[in-house]
Amino acid sequence: MLTPGNEAELAEMVAAQDAPVRIAGGGTRLADTGPVLSTAGLRGIVTYEPGALTLVVQAGTPVAEVEAALAEEGQRLAFEPMDHRGLLGTEGAPTIGGVVAANVSGPRRVQVGACRDFLLGVRFVDGAGQVIRNGGRVMKNVTGYDLVKLMAGSWGTLGVLSEVALKVLPVPEAEATVQVAVPDAKSAVRVLSAALGSPFEVTGAAHDPAAGLALLRVEGFAASVDYRAGRLEALLDQFGTVSRADDSAALWRSLRDVAAFHDRPGDVWRISVKPGNAPDIAARAQAEALLFDWGGGLIWARVPEGTDLRARLGAFSGHATLVRGAPETRARLGMFQPEPAPLARIGAGLRARFDPRGVFNPGLMG
Amino acid sequence: MDMPTPDPRVLARKDRLVRRLQAVLPSDAVIHDEAETRAYECDALTAYRCPPLCVVLPSRTEDVAAILRICHEEGVPVVPRGAGTSLAGGSLPTADSVILGVARMNEVLEVDYDNRFVRVQSGRTNLSVTGAVEEEGFFYAPDPSSQLACAIAGNIAMNSGGAHCLKYGVTTNNLLGVKLVLMDGTVTEIGGAHLDAGGLDLLGVICGSEGQLGVVTEATLRILPKPEGARPVLMGFDSTEVAGQCVSDIIKAGVLPVAIEFMDRLCIRACEEFAGAGYPDCEALLIVEVEGSEAEIDAQLGRILEIARTHDPVELRESGSEEESARIWLGRKSAFGAMGQINDYMCLDGTIPVSELPMVLRRIGELSKDYGLAVGNVFHAGDGNMHPLILFDANKPGDLEKCEAFGADILRLCVDAGGCLTGEHGVGIEKRDLMLHQYGAADLEAQMAVKDVFDPDWLLNPAKVFPLASSYRRRVVRMAAE
Ligand SMILES: Cc1cc2nc3c(=O)[nH]c(=O)nc-3n(C[C@H](O)[C@H](O)[C@H](O)COP(=O)(O)OP(=O)(O)OC[C@H]3O[C@@H](n4cnc5c(N)ncnc54)[C@H](O)[C@@H]3O)c2cc1C
Repeated sequence: MLTPGNEAELAEMVAAQDAPVRIAGGGTRLADTGPVLSTAGLRGIVTYEPGALTLVVQAGTPVAEVEAALAEEGQRLAFEPMDHRGLLGTEGAPTIGGVVAANVSGPRRVQVGACRDFLLGVRFVDGAGQVIRNGGRVMKNVTGYDLVKLMAGSWGTLGVLSEVALKVLPVPEAEATVQVAVPDAKSAVRVLSAALGSPFEVTGAAHDPAAGLALLRVEGFAASVDYRAGRLEALLDQFGTVSRADDSAALWRSLRDVAAFHDRPGDVWRISVKPGNAPDIAARAQAEALLFDWGGGLIWARVPEGTDLRARLGAFSGHATLVRGAPETRARLGMFQPEPAPLARIGAGLRARFDPRGVFNPGLMG
Repeated sequence: MDMPTPDPRVLARKDRLVRRLQAVLPSDAVIHDEAETRAYECDALTAYRCPPLCVVLPSRTEDVAAILRICHEEGVPVVPRGAGTSLAGGSLPTADSVILGVARMNEVLEVDYDNRFVRVQSGRTNLSVTGAVEEEGFFYAPDPSSQLACAIAGNIAMNSGGAHCLKYGVTTNNLLGVKLVLMDGTVTEIGGAHLDAGGLDLLGVICGSEGQLGVVTEATLRILPKPEGARPVLMGFDSTEVAGQCVSDIIKAGVLPVAIEFMDRLCIRACEEFAGAGYPDCEALLIVEVEGSEAEIDAQLGRILEIARTHDPVELRESGSEEESARIWLGRKSAFGAMGQINDYMCLDGTIPVSELPMVLRRIGELSKDYGLAVGNVFHAGDGNMHPLILFDANKPGDLEKCEAFGADILRLCVDAGGCLTGEHGVGIEKRDLMLHQYGAADLEAQMAVKDVFDPDWLLNPAKVFPLASSYRRRVVRMAAE
């Protein structure tokens, strides 16, 4: 295991590396075998300016450490990154660099955006061992190409992140969740669409088929939350019995982490679709369990081990990612949906330019 | 601002190129007469002009593909163009380039309220996207001041912002998918109606790539339900520093206004004379707008006013009606026009951390004295995106050069304060040669490597974004290879 203690060491180690390595943050992801390059030594907050809503932090810093520092100032990572440990059955402390590399975004993505939308700047070491900077620490920046977005969700295939700058937001004073009893996914998505199409600023729109509920979260100042939850109840009453959830915060934590699938057997897939298509696509999955987030735009599906879910889904506009599965299944099906030829070619071209010797997470993204 | 010498071999091929383009396009879609190509000789950075070799105005993606295939085969540079409102020279032609204008591609292809998106051809203007969905109570959020004229194509290429992006984000945060034609004529789609595109975030790379990676012909855009209401409040302060502190305090307090706009004395006076909006005569003015129901607005403004009062404002004016709101915004919206009445101006776009506002404003004031050129400041304060407007006289010899030198100093100041050269207007030719102040050589290499992958021959808008010396080898290798 390689564990550089700072960015310069990281650059040196990469430059000297002649065989493929797997890049790990806190090691909370499913591990394949082979040598590991860990970012755990790149740890600590570089600058945090609550008045400018910006945080610059070393990539190997545990998410918990970041969240604690933000909480002290009444702020948070608004894109609500999930904690994968329960779902994957792994241990370790998730790092902020891992969150960024996988563009991990939770239920609030539907309103505020994904991790990539909050990422203001990056420093990373490319496959030749060079330190590259892109973006910065200001909210608006169109200076040159946006490699910040490119790095978010690149799963360590283009470089090892050493430092990230993020926009943060204040923690709202209050939250509430309106729940509507629904018979099926189709009715649920109708409810979620009606709510997301209203001016009441829904920050979470999920459907739990096991509970038969469509769930809608509002956040903000206490009076405003009360008002908007009330308006939503009035709006959604036509679709089914309406009530308020008891513990909104705990509910969304469990939706975020897909708690319903923890300790249950099978593979777990994540399907990204146009919300209106969700009921149909979900039916095609013939899953043992389902969970819908992002107004229906994100489907979590639990299927028997080794299932080729993409074959079941057939052609659709969107993509399916294998999140939990045995190494053999991941090798056979690939984690990511194959892309159309022109995009696959561009992706391969970018990997060849950023990592010419193919040392970073080879094969992970094609 | 230098531009590369036009390639004589390309100039010599003009007739053949025009003939080939005419063979695949309707006759009125190819403009090659020198009197007519002049209409495309510049964008809103009017100090620089150069008529292109010819202009093509396709109406369909297939036409765009055919054009690019021909230009690729002929080795002719292509400059994509939307409405030509770029302030950075993004759509400035070179004499050996073809202008590919998408203005005729302005149709709405799909409106889907249930899934909250609209799909349009990229030549459609920004404001008319909202126009297509407002009847049902929706809007497209990014709102550049040029929204009546500018096209979605240009917005995507520049990753444009607007007054309301403090809450709703800029173009990249509201873009779900594009149809893209690569330089060799390959048509591909990235993203779509689903929230996150698969694979590497190529959509994020296309957005803000200034027409250098591919030609966008269609866009899928996120639309949002209109808020129940909105209300601005106007605040006057007798020091810019105090106004800056007030901005920072509002943001920190956890209220998230949709807009926080800032104007300094010079701009306030200019706007007052131009539009008569009834602004107080003071050093700094803030317009803060919040959204929601009446009660929510009251609550939020209550907190904001409470914060403002701790900074001894000379004026606090909460809007009591639609008319009053319009009056509060009137001056701000006419700021560029008002400054234009005083003199020619150059509009800068550097962004700084909000906490550096007072320092940067003070330094700009000092530089203004050194250069002997007046500067007005009007900008999106909530996100630190400054718009210093330097006044100069284009007819006075040497004034433009002095203004550019002053502008470069301000932009370097922004970078040194922890910010960047451009927050929403793009690099174009205007800030191209300052790129090495913000980025190191390896950082620019990494960006140029992306262009190598999308456009290996460096034919798309090649003379922009990167310092000419940095991109020289790539541009010249292409010419030599022929
Ligand atoms: C008075 C005024 C106010 C402004 N206010 C704002 C503001 O508030 N916020 C802001 O962000 N900007 C503002 N701008 C700048 C400008 O309007 C924006 O940059 C706008 O997005 C440009 O759009 P356009 O269609 O005019 O693009 P153009 O000027 O035609 O082109 C801009 C860039 O886009 C590229 N391009 C054009 N079409 C395509 C395509 N189909 N595919 C790929 N690339 C393409 C061009 O090559 C060029 O690099 C303002 C400009 C003016 C004149």
